[in-house]
Amino acid sequence: MKLHGIHVPHRKNTVDSTPVRMPVPAVVTVPMSMNIGAPAKPVVKAGDTVKVGQLIAEAGGFVSAPIYSGVSGKVKKIDQLLGSNGRYDTTIVIESDGQQEVYEGITPPQVTDLDSFVEAVRQSGVIGLGGAGFPTAVKLKVKPEQVEEIIINGAECEPYITSDTRTMLDDADSIIEGVRLLQKYYAPQRVIVGIEDNKPQCVQKMKEAGRDLSGYEVAALPAIYPQGGEKVLIFNTTGKIVPEGKLPIDVGAIVINCTTLAVIAKYIKTGMPLVEKVVTVDGSAVAKPQNVIVPVGTSMKDVLDFCGVKSEPKKVLYGGPMMGISVASLEAPVMKNTNAVLAFAEKEAQAPVTTACIRCGRCAAHCPLNLMPASIETAYVNNEPEVLKELKVNLCMECGCCAFGCPAHRPLVQVNKLAKAMLNQYNAQQKALLEKQKEKETKEAAANV
Amino acid sequence: MSEKLTVSVSPHLHTGVTTQVIMRDVLIALLPAVVASVVFFGLRALLVEVLCVAVCILCEWAFEKICKRPVTVSDLSAAVTGLLLALNLPVGIPLWQAAFGSFVAIVMVKQLFGGIGYNFANPAITARIIMLVAFSGTMTSWAVPNLVDAVSSSTPLAILKTGEGTLPSLMEMFLGARDGSMGETSCLALLIGGVYLIARKVITWHTPVAFIGTVLVFSALLGQQPLYQMMAGGLFIGAFFMATDYTTSPPTPAGKAIFGIGCGIITVAIRVWGNYPEGVSFSILLMNILNPYICKWTQPKPLGGVKE
Repeated sequence: MKLHGIHVPHRKNTVDSTPVRMPVPAVVTVPMSMNIGAPAKPVVKAGDTVKVGQLIAEAGGFVSAPIYSGVSGKVKKIDQLLGSNGRYDTTIVIESDGQQEVYEGITPPQVTDLDSFVEAVRQSGVIGLGGAGFPTAVKLKVKPEQVEEIIINGAECEPYITSDTRTMLDDADSIIEGVRLLQKYYAPQRVIVGIEDNKPQCVQKMKEAGRDLSGYEVAALPAIYPQGGEKVLIFNTTGKIVPEGKLPIDVGAIVINCTTLAVIAKYIKTGMPLVEKVVTVDGSAVAKPQNVIVPVGTSMKDVLDFCGVKSEPKKVLYGGPMMGISVASLEAPVMKNTNAVLAFAEKEAQAPVTTACIRCGRCAAHCPLNLMPASIETAYVNNEPEVLKELKVNLCMECGCCAFGCPAHRPLVQVNKLAKAMLNQYNAQQKALLEKQKEKETKEAAANV
Repeated sequence: MSEKLTVSVSPHLHTGVTTQVIMRDVLIALLPAVVASVVFFGLRALLVEVLCVAVCILCEWAFEKICKRPVTVSDLSAAVTGLLLALNLPVGIPLWQAAFGSFVAIVMVKQLFGGIGYNFANPAITARIIMLVAFSGTMTSWAVPNLVDAVSSSTPLAILKTGEGTLPSLMEMFLGARDGSMGETSCLALLIGGVYLIARKVITWHTPVAFIGTVLVFSALLGQQPLYQMMAGGLFIGAFFMATDYTTSPPTPAGKAIFGIGCGIITVAIRVWGNYPEGVSFSILLMNILNPYICKWTQPKPLGGVKE
């Protein structure tokens, strides 16, 4: 069986751009909700001085991650910022002193066994850097006997983005060091690096870098989007299907992004947590597309000022054009899981005209998970959560293949998001109703006695 | 830098293939058949084609204006319907009848059911069938093609059925020098258009291959002449252009195969056992009606979906 997908234009214009360090911005704005799960809790207050690598916010729960300062300077204020998800988020605003003094407390963590390894990952502040933002330590908190395959995600299937490509080319040794750690603590049968075959240089590099490892392989996968989607990558490298409502570990697989792994390995070696990111800056409005290294919290405006714009940006994205999030303001900061800042000119920013569905079936034919987006749209419009349940809308990973090829420009991803929310609400209502009924029955039973 | 940024849900990329682009491709794919119709049936063929396209567009525009709906003539689907209908008519059709057929296709079959994407049957096919019943005289009176000297005035299928008259050679059949509806006769022209549609990914090979293949096999089994059965009547235009209509045929490869096989069986059954010499239109209409069921039977299974 072959999963469906689409051929997207690659536009990897920055593939040869070795990341350059941007001048330190005057101010960074660090949001507390960069990861999936609970937001981090600030441990600094206005007026505190901080240095690079110093803890500024602690994990706000089990599924959360600590945050460290990417600049040295003074905390200006603890503020609220309207995030791209429409919710207000607490932010720590730090005025940089430009010195980039490193925090004295930076020492490599003691890693001796699995528990201390997972704890180190937790302390590193690392979250899924491919874009998902799931706290990596949570993913790694599993029993080694559960783990059969560890898949290193170097697919980088989104157009434009080359930050993972650069990690593989410039920092392959850190990835390999990470593979060694994973092999040491989880003893998987296979470690597979999945890379799209439009990056032969990465395939070669990763093969060479890991030639001394056993149980290590590099898979050159067809450049069909969404090759880097977790479920897609698991299927294409192991043939395993992650069932509905289950996690990859339930089928014995762990998927970890190559840059995530490199950052973890570097943290264990040096003690420097995740404080900066390589981001690909590209798009039709950008004068000089390139990869830049920026402290977490740097505003998009600063990033775009550094790279220059050749026309006024009209649409600016976190991440790639297929799944990236468009921001309402250039004040939006680079986050831990930001791997690209794409700025587009007027032409790409124009909203397409939606026309009637012609039932061509392209959406279903392109869906890697075999869903039927057109039917989901109908069920959503007709307010039929039961039908949405049958159509398995909850499986949708919002990769955008359906909307990419829709000749009628139907907003299928948007509808899927709304449909998932509708189904969740319905399920919650059903559950509440059931509980109420049970309660009533118990009461009645008690009264009868 | 101003702060007016467009905010929208991903994806922020698109193939650029819109409904209009698809319909334009279908029109381009029909051009060889249009040329063939003029070559074999003269300039009147072009007149009928222009008339049908114009009336279809006009009807769509007028209906949508009257109903205060957004006008969709720019998606070119009405033009496709008009051209397909014209190509399925005999060249000598009275112009008012052609215009009436165009009205039926757009208003009765398409717009009254909700417009593009909502009609349950192919508008051009259904209009042709209604015309065949309403104007059975003019709809079955075939002009003699330009390039052949024969005085025959019956189609190869009628000759096959009655055994009266001389069959054109296989090469004449393939090129289109025979009696029939003005756009259906040239297998060559239709094949060029069909291959273009497949190359442009407007259609897939499943429906035409299943349809034509079934006619070949089934007619051979029944002791007919399969090559004549394949190239006679409206099989090529039906298999490539009508049975592949998005709205009225299944989207999945398996569904398309079932649809094509069903069309093939019904076509041969009507040709061999029915009263009419030709069954392509009826077969497609009947399968259009079965389409929702075929879609249901061939619904794709979500990857990792768990039955509750």
